[in-house]
Amino acid sequence: MRIGVVTFPGSLDDRDAQRAVRLAGAEPVALWHGDHDLQGVDAIVLPGGFSYGDYLRCGAIAAVSPIMTEVVSAANSGMPVLGICNGFQILVEAHLLPGGLIRNDHGDFICRDQRLRVENTSTDWTNGFTAGQEITIPLKNGEGGFIADAETIARLEGEGRVVFRYLDVNPNGSIDDIAGITNERGNVVGLMPHPEHATEPGFGPDTPAAMRSGVDGLTFFTSAISALVSR
Amino acid sequence: MRPGRIEASGRPLPWSLVTPTSGADTVSNAAATPEKEQPFAALGLKPDEYELIKSILGRRPTSGELAMYSVMWSEHCSYKSSKKYLRQFGQKVSENMKKNLMVGMGENAGVIDVGEGWAVTFKIESHNHPSYIEPFQGAATGVGGIVRDIISMGARPVAVMDALRFGQIDDPDTARVVHGVVSGISFYGNCLGLPNIGGETWFDPVYQANPLVNALAVGVLRHEDLHLANARGVGNKVVLFGARTGGDGIGGASILASDSFSEGGPTKRPAVQVGDPFAEKVLIECCLELFAGDLVEGIQDLGAAGISCATSELASNGDGGMFIELEKVLLRDPTLTAEEILMSESQERMMAIVTPEKLEGFLAVTAKWDVETSVLGEVTDTGRLIINWHGEEIVNVDPRTVAVDGPVYDRPVAYPAWLDALQADTTASLPRSTDLRADTLRLVGSPNLADKAWITNQYDRYVMGNTALSFPDDGGMVRVDEESGLGFAVATDANGRYCQLDPYRGAQLALAEAYRNVAATGATPVAVSDCLNFGSPENPEVMWQFSRAVEGLADGCLELEIPVTGGNVSFYNQTGDVPIHPTPVVAVLGTIDDVARRIPSGWQDEGDNIYLLGTTRDELDGSAWAGVIHDHLGGVPPLVDLAGEASLAGLISGGAQESLIASAHDLADGGLATALVDSVLRFGVGARVWISEIMERDGVDATAALFSESTGRMLVSVPREDDVKFRGLCEGRGYPVLRIGVTENSGQLELQDHFTLSIDELRGASRSTLAEAFGPVVGY
Repeated sequence: MRIGVVTFPGSLDDRDAQRAVRLAGAEPVALWHGDHDLQGVDAIVLPGGFSYGDYLRCGAIAAVSPIMTEVVSAANSGMPVLGICNGFQILVEAHLLPGGLIRNDHGDFICRDQRLRVENTSTDWTNGFTAGQEITIPLKNGEGGFIADAETIARLEGEGRVVFRYLDVNPNGSIDDIAGITNERGNVVGLMPHPEHATEPGFGPDTPAAMRSGVDGLTFFTSAISALVSR
Repeated sequence: MRPGRIEASGRPLPWSLVTPTSGADTVSNAAATPEKEQPFAALGLKPDEYELIKSILGRRPTSGELAMYSVMWSEHCSYKSSKKYLRQFGQKVSENMKKNLMVGMGENAGVIDVGEGWAVTFKIESHNHPSYIEPFQGAATGVGGIVRDIISMGARPVAVMDALRFGQIDDPDTARVVHGVVSGISFYGNCLGLPNIGGETWFDPVYQANPLVNALAVGVLRHEDLHLANARGVGNKVVLFGARTGGDGIGGASILASDSFSEGGPTKRPAVQVGDPFAEKVLIECCLELFAGDLVEGIQDLGAAGISCATSELASNGDGGMFIELEKVLLRDPTLTAEEILMSESQERMMAIVTPEKLEGFLAVTAKWDVETSVLGEVTDTGRLIINWHGEEIVNVDPRTVAVDGPVYDRPVAYPAWLDALQADTTASLPRSTDLRADTLRLVGSPNLADKAWITNQYDRYVMGNTALSFPDDGGMVRVDEESGLGFAVATDANGRYCQLDPYRGAQLALAEAYRNVAATGATPVAVSDCLNFGSPENPEVMWQFSRAVEGLADGCLELEIPVTGGNVSFYNQTGDVPIHPTPVVAVLGTIDDVARRIPSGWQDEGDNIYLLGTTRDELDGSAWAGVIHDHLGGVPPLVDLAGEASLAGLISGGAQESLIASAHDLADGGLATALVDSVLRFGVGARVWISEIMERDGVDATAALFSESTGRMLVSVPREDDVKFRGLCEGRGYPVLRIGVTENSGQLELQDHFTLSIDELRGASRSTLAEAFGPVVGY
């Protein structure tokens, strides 16, 4: 199983996403923003960072880079695509997911261990979770406030396409505590928190059991692998 | 030490007034017009320095040469007042200290062999003056500058940290500086993708108009990837790449960083450079790909004094000659004059020496990363640095006279007239605590000891996936090798109050605390970088403080056998006649074979035994207790026992190797009381503690037992099953140890016979201080 991780200029968590793919048991493949070649990967991760320095709008320039033509077409053919943080912003700018991400309501960058509830376990990236499961995933962003018009929100909620919701505290002012969403088909998922940073004991979020031992993020990647296996 | 980068700059430019509008001031023109008046004083040069330049050149300098000398001979770049003392760091060195030192002082950053073919490079530097004038950009470019130093060594930057000093927390101007500095560090560091793993923040009125922003960066490299800043090989190309050169930061090192702020003086704000972390991130990846392809012979970042510094230093460290065509510099602003280009401190630029055969490969890599590149000239064997501007020679100098052989001063030194009286005013006259509970709470909520999440939650600590420890633990720890788990730990410390009372001992206390912090993580301390923040060197009392602090630090490093590998000096941290407290920030780096054996700073499980290592003396002079409860500063700081610190570090490292220690936290500001509260609040596990045996064994009262800041002490928790082994370890090493409590899931800290504080109450006191001053913390 080969999972591609796209590196844009300004991508930061690309190597971390590759490590997470490896820890989940798949082969990570580095993809370059300037190429049109997906190198035959089975799934794609758009990692976190500040692609193109967040100039214009977060994700706006990356969304029109050469590789995205291929990502959009692969996503439309059903390939699993996960957008993390800046990757979520890119998916939104590329219109693979609806809505937008704006400056956190409190104005500051925020880094914290964030509790989430998994609301949809039928997507390619969440099938390994149980419905309503509460997980802890590091969150770190400056522009993570999810917004959309009322009609879009109603549709997302009505169709069960809100995949993750913030628990305990809404860290950025997102409408309806929305932390992540999916497309109609359930193969494209975007979220602001960083599952790749909760995949290796010793380097993840704190848990009641031990410091930095949280690995809830691993299930994102194992879910994608089982989705691909069952096809 | 070398100038890492600019301490800001500006355009109070005399150039437009003095240079002919048509044509540049050429070497032949300079020779022909010896009497022409030059604005050397406005550029920060003294009359005798100007005369020295003329005698070196045998003529008056061209305006370009004057620009170069003025910035390179500035205090910030030349270390002319501090050099005499800094030599000790190279002289007080034992064989053991050289063992793992791959690169020492004098390069962009020191490099330490950490084993398994890996090396670590680290350095701390100031960006104080610009961070007061324009806090956001000042702090941001402070991070950018130190990171470029790390890249220059051939290393991948892997972590940043910062030591901050602000004015009084409730002064209206403090919020301006704090918001700007913290968001500047957050903006630049986060955007670079470097985890911020720790640091420290102090508030004290002495820093009101002179905040300190000291940024530290760490990089890792394989031994074979080491690069140095020299220009060797006649015919090799001199290549400038990265951001375009603009009008920012002109003369910053000489005008801004090498002068005191004066009340009512002209604003220096336009001088501060503007950072673009995206450009720097791309530059990092581009440089690493250039190193991997072996496409670079020598490399230097552009910081303080920009092209003047890079060309003269590269040439001085290499074959001695260089020819540059300055008009080939890519400009952001086409109206810049040659002198402005030489002095500009625009950020995110690097200069490389490349062989002609590899130039094509080099350009392919910079093109891949969309990094603009221009070939400026080549290495020569003439012994001269020659710079042309549109075919006319505007600089012709021996580069060593610019970069190496600048003036060195032996400034007057005077024992401070006020010091004896200050030391005589001890805490013996202060009333002891009658309400230990109330005083503990006041300390917990005092700005320097309170929860710093308002700051640290704005920094990404996760990126790169190798962070094993970060704030609020004693030191930050990062994994270097994913296979073996090899890693490093870093901590910074400086207690300006102690240094004001006794700069020699104060510097050693900073060293001892940083050393102890690293040891508390389970790592073994191996190297030091320092950032020496002082007032004006033209004040003999400040110069005395400086000389004593450097001596204390050098003596201390020799005793601990860990070398100083680099750092920087920041003078002129004063407004009017009032200098800051001497603040020598000491960063200690340690190594650990496997980060899986790291030790957290707080209690995680109930039923563990709590031990106090070391002995307690009645040492409250200069303490947080004296400052917070009595608003008092006087007396003499605690004794330092560096041999004891080394023994304690060995003990903890031994305990970590056998995984006997569940947590370790050093005792410093606020003494045992603070250490207990920190350990409770880290994971919300309570404890029952008694101090009667400390009081009895060490002959101290309850106030001293709780609040004394005696050194060489650490609070550790040990699982019951490891108790016998742990006691055996302490006995074997002959280190004083006392069981003083047990952890409990009681939701409280109970100090038997004295008081009980609930975790909620402690948390409230700790968390409210910064939140009230600067704004709410998400999730609190």
